[in-house]
Amino acid sequence: MNNQRRNVLKSGSGAAILGALAAAGIIKPGVALADWNKAAFEAKSMADTLKALGTEKPAESKDVQVTGPDIAENGAVVPVGVVSTLPNTTMVAILIEKNPNALAASFMLPAGTEANVQTRVKMGQTSNIYALVKADGKFYIATKEIKVTLGGCGG
Amino acid sequence: MSMNRREFLQVMAVAAAGGMSLHSEMALAEKGAAKMYDLPKFGNVSLLHITDCHAQLQPIYFREPSVNLGFGDQFGKVPHLVGDNLLKHFGFKPNSIEAHAYTYLNFEKAAETYGKVGGFAHLATLVKRMKANRPGALLLDGGDTWQGSGTALWSNAQDMVDACKALGVNVMTLHWESTYGEERVKEIEEKDFAGVVDIVAQNVKTTDFGDPVFKPFVMKNMNGVPVAIIGQAFPYTPIANPRWQTPNWSFGIQEENMQKTVDEARAKGAQVVVVLSHNGMDVDLKMASRVKGIDAILGGHTHDGMPAPVIVKNAGGQTLVTNAGSNGKYLGVLDFDVKNGKIAGYRYKLMPVFANLLPADRDMQALIDKARAPYLDKLNEKLAISEGTLYRRGNFNGTFDQVIVDALMKVKDAEIAFSPGFRWGTSLLPGQPILMEHVLDQTAITYPWTTVTNMSGEMIKTILEDVCDNLFNPDPYYQQGGDMVRVGGLQYTCEPMAKMGSRIQNMTLRGQLIDPKKMYKVAGWAPVSEEAKNSGEPIWDVVAQYLRDIKTVKPVQLNMPKLKGADKNPGIA
Repeated sequence: MNNQRRNVLKSGSGAAILGALAAAGIIKPGVALADWNKAAFEAKSMADTLKALGTEKPAESKDVQVTGPDIAENGAVVPVGVVSTLPNTTMVAILIEKNPNALAASFMLPAGTEANVQTRVKMGQTSNIYALVKADGKFYIATKEIKVTLGGCGG
Repeated sequence: MSMNRREFLQVMAVAAAGGMSLHSEMALAEKGAAKMYDLPKFGNVSLLHITDCHAQLQPIYFREPSVNLGFGDQFGKVPHLVGDNLLKHFGFKPNSIEAHAYTYLNFEKAAETYGKVGGFAHLATLVKRMKANRPGALLLDGGDTWQGSGTALWSNAQDMVDACKALGVNVMTLHWESTYGEERVKEIEEKDFAGVVDIVAQNVKTTDFGDPVFKPFVMKNMNGVPVAIIGQAFPYTPIANPRWQTPNWSFGIQEENMQKTVDEARAKGAQVVVVLSHNGMDVDLKMASRVKGIDAILGGHTHDGMPAPVIVKNAGGQTLVTNAGSNGKYLGVLDFDVKNGKIAGYRYKLMPVFANLLPADRDMQALIDKARAPYLDKLNEKLAISEGTLYRRGNFNGTFDQVIVDALMKVKDAEIAFSPGFRWGTSLLPGQPILMEHVLDQTAITYPWTTVTNMSGEMIKTILEDVCDNLFNPDPYYQQGGDMVRVGGLQYTCEPMAKMGSRIQNMTLRGQLIDPKKMYKVAGWAPVSEEAKNSGEPIWDVVAQYLRDIKTVKPVQLNMPKLKGADKNPGIA
């Protein structure tokens, strides 16, 4: 285990590092806020969310991959990721079909950014996770099911 | 019936002389015994494999399942074969010693004839014999070693750690070990095991940065051949067991990382790549079909004592998948012949450990006796007599589980009781006294608390559906390898092939349909949530109290669900 990294973050100098990253332009606070799509984040169903994001029938794509556990270890923090190898990917959104509000995250990618995002999402029940990607102005989608179980009773 | 080895061999000889239908070659006493364990040397790379002994240091009885269903792609395939179907598949004769070793058939009579199985002192003798003509052989432990007995629990796994070191374990991976908590596992790895036993697990990472918690693999040089042993811990540890016991560790199947690890081992020169796995056999079979470059997966978790490996074809060639049963009952021996950097051939044998046929290793027995000495009074308390056979293993229920749910309902005054579908737990023959040790064999865990909950009919259905999907999801990667939750009071119909949410049907209590809105008093144990810590007294106290009261356990009536779509399944007797 890399305890040094862990301790640096715990010791509070983490804030300074984040500040440095922001200064270096690696993290851009405010970008997300500026582009905040209120309607999309407040939409309930998958269909409404897709519409609010500007599409109705995105094409299924094998060039978009959703990663995550088959069964969530903790529904409150499920690690999910999206990788898109489509050229000129400018947006990645993560939708959770069975959540009260389907849209969990959306990322705006500046030109030249590798379309590879990771985040943690909250899930109340077993659901399909969708990755919606915008590339060259067109929408593409991919999915993976993540199971949320009650736990116990194993082995 | 209990006899020593000499008496046993005499009985076998007499039986043969009298024309009894006992195995004739066995009856040639010592010669027969020698033959059973005479495995000629083959090749230059040898791996000895134990798994899921569940802390059983002493010989025990263990009944194999009569219900081990597989559906869809798994229908009728290894390991989902029981009884005669299993004998036929592997070519064993009915009533043979092998039939007893690998199936439940004729269990009571055969168990009396052949005696107890397992026991680390007897296993040690067998390991020594195998190592004698296999220089450099490694002993691999697939995990579920530190949990399953009173002494393991009370010594905080120390008795098993010491016994494994004495047995000569070289490499191990984990499942129930983690229920002693992160600190204890790390303490054993860094102190007791330092320089002796490697814990390997490519699929355990820290929850924050995804850093490896254990070595993903170790490289061993055997007679000039570099051999990589990759570890695969039980992927669903923080789900099937309490997450608060390993709050900083993340598990999962991690198939991609497995491929990376295999590639890394090959790049470093490994000529043989073996995965020591606690996935469970169905998950191992799927993984073998998708990951390239693994020569063998030595598996455990699902407690399938499979006499021969399954050969899985994949893009990289083929992978052998084995599963070595449970409770110290077997030793797997895998020999590879490696020539010019390539595997030219292999042999595999899963050897049953019959305590009567393998004399106890003195040093190991002394170690075991010393570890047990402080606890003997507690372990030997006689609680009741069992008139029938008591066992646990089976997809839906076992007679010992029936006793546990009966005890819960009685002592907790509940109308319904749940008991987890664990696959560990030893068996008792008719007429055997039930000692406290036997109750602990079924219940000794680090979160043993009992619970009493008022639960709606809807919630009860949700729970049954949830567990049933862990067992019968058509995709093995979603299976957790345990059995169905055992249920007392409540009756139901189960349709394993149906979709999740519709498998559990027609739930009734005393002939009345369960009302989704009504509340029911439900007793249970082994809660995984942190809030349920210390919720009620440990389950073993509840069962012991019940047994002391009733004194005699009549042959129990198994509460089994009515099954739909399983009548022609070779996984049910």
